[in-house]
Amino acid sequence: MSELHPPPTIEEFYKFCTQRKLMAVRCMKCRHLMVPPRTICSQCHSSRVEWAQLGSKGKLVTYTIVHVAPTLFNHMAPYAVGIVEMPEEVRLPSIIRTSRLESLKIGMELELDFSPRPQDPSWPQWPRYFFKETA
Amino acid sequence: MRAKPLATIVSAGVSKFGRREGLYARELFTEAALEAFHRLENVDPGKDIKAAFIGQMSEAYEHQSHTAPIAANWAGLLPAAATRVEDACASSGAALRCGIMAIMSGFYDIVMVGGVEKMTNQPTPEVTTILASAADFPFEQWNGMTFPGLFALMATSHMHEYGTTEEQLAKVAVKNHKHGVLNPKAHMQREITLDEVMKSRPVCWPLKLYDCSLITDGASCLILTKPKLAKKLTDNRVQIIGTGQAQDTFLLHERDSFTSVKAAKSAAQEAYKMSDMKPKDINVAEVHDCFTIAEIIAYEDLGFCRPGQGGKFVESGTTALGGSLPVNTSGGLKSKGHPVGATGTAQIYELYLQLTGQAERRQVPDAKIGLAHNLGGSGATAVVHILRSD
Ligand SMILES: [Zn+2]
Repeated sequence: MSELHPPPTIEEFYKFCTQRKLMAVRCMKCRHLMVPPRTICSQCHSSRVEWAQLGSKGKLVTYTIVHVAPTLFNHMAPYAVGIVEMPEEVRLPSIIRTSRLESLKIGMELELDFSPRPQDPSWPQWPRYFFKETA
Repeated sequence: MRAKPLATIVSAGVSKFGRREGLYARELFTEAALEAFHRLENVDPGKDIKAAFIGQMSEAYEHQSHTAPIAANWAGLLPAAATRVEDACASSGAALRCGIMAIMSGFYDIVMVGGVEKMTNQPTPEVTTILASAADFPFEQWNGMTFPGLFALMATSHMHEYGTTEEQLAKVAVKNHKHGVLNPKAHMQREITLDEVMKSRPVCWPLKLYDCSLITDGASCLILTKPKLAKKLTDNRVQIIGTGQAQDTFLLHERDSFTSVKAAKSAAQEAYKMSDMKPKDINVAEVHDCFTIAEIIAYEDLGFCRPGQGGKFVESGTTALGGSLPVNTSGGLKSKGHPVGATGTAQIYELYLQLTGQAERRQVPDAKIGLAHNLGGSGATAVVHILRSD
């Protein structure tokens, strides 16, 4: 069992986000990177993992524009969500912020940013990482 | 070698699918059960059916958990062992596998499997939230993903990689609505035009309203028994000759490909191998068209056409009634409706009618072998069954 500090949990991932750090965990045996963090490597099943900070640039792999939103996101619709690939060879799902939804393109460069913790007192009080068009 | 049957379906029932105002899940399930009992008069349900496996996705619609014993109780199955099975949209496909294993193990002689979902008592944003709960909470839901959104991500990839068009997606909807007109149990028995689909309002681009299955109330059930006992019970029998279930990464972004569903490919391979069947042997199929893109990907994953050719395949007419491999003769999830927990066994209900020659105006001539393809979530679960008329 891993004795990593802080432990490779989702709660700790979001604590890193409050420090504006986007973290993956890396398998120390096969070097596979994972988001969300977890204890057991999804490739080789080793349970020796370490935190690895990701950079701030990514590329859009696929996306959609959500018009019919769940209750929590109703005020934002229409908005874009997608899957972003980082140069470190790991992907993650993300909201894609842009002033022009029609300008989104597979393969476009994106830049990491963070939004603060929600003010709403209900669980969970996680901040969000998100990606936006490069300036 | 002719594959040995795993279990035999001796009866099946579905409720009318639709907006069933004023009816609870248990009452819808009872409606489906009554049809199954009427088809099998020499079985005494309360005495002969010893177990029920019932699929249901969410307790959020009716503020009700512990749903299997309620449904079974109302259907007159007291004191049968009743257990809920939950794998999101593949709940009753998975429930069927529990039933098959219960029969194959010799533990029970006759079991009921089925599923139910009551959805229309909640407003659309709430239903969207409940359905999104089948996606990962901390990374997918938290980042604004919805259930149609996940399939839209696959559609965008498929369009980008293979040149699949929004018109080709729309043609799946047009075909399935045409089939649904012939199914008196379908939610929406109305043909739609290509233009109507293309002009319908966006839900999650590139998916529009008419690319999405319906929010529907409904229930379905099957009665299973041992192949030997089946012959004594009825002449309308369908054998289950292959079953497969597989899992893929729960989160979509961790998969190798967004243009195919690996779990569906694995489940299909398992079922094909077990039944000694090949894609070309299938006469009729019900596939999980929760969104039009899912049917196109299903053609490819099941080996009906080559990867990337799903769009052209629907345009060829092969999968329409009258074609050589009609798909979703029931109307599919698209026009029959998608009461999530009921869908897996409702697909098998359609194949039961087709393979016993009881599908009336939508009967596929000489249908002997049928296949059902049932997905859970964005494809973290997939269940495939292959059936043969007995
Ligand atoms: Zn590893």
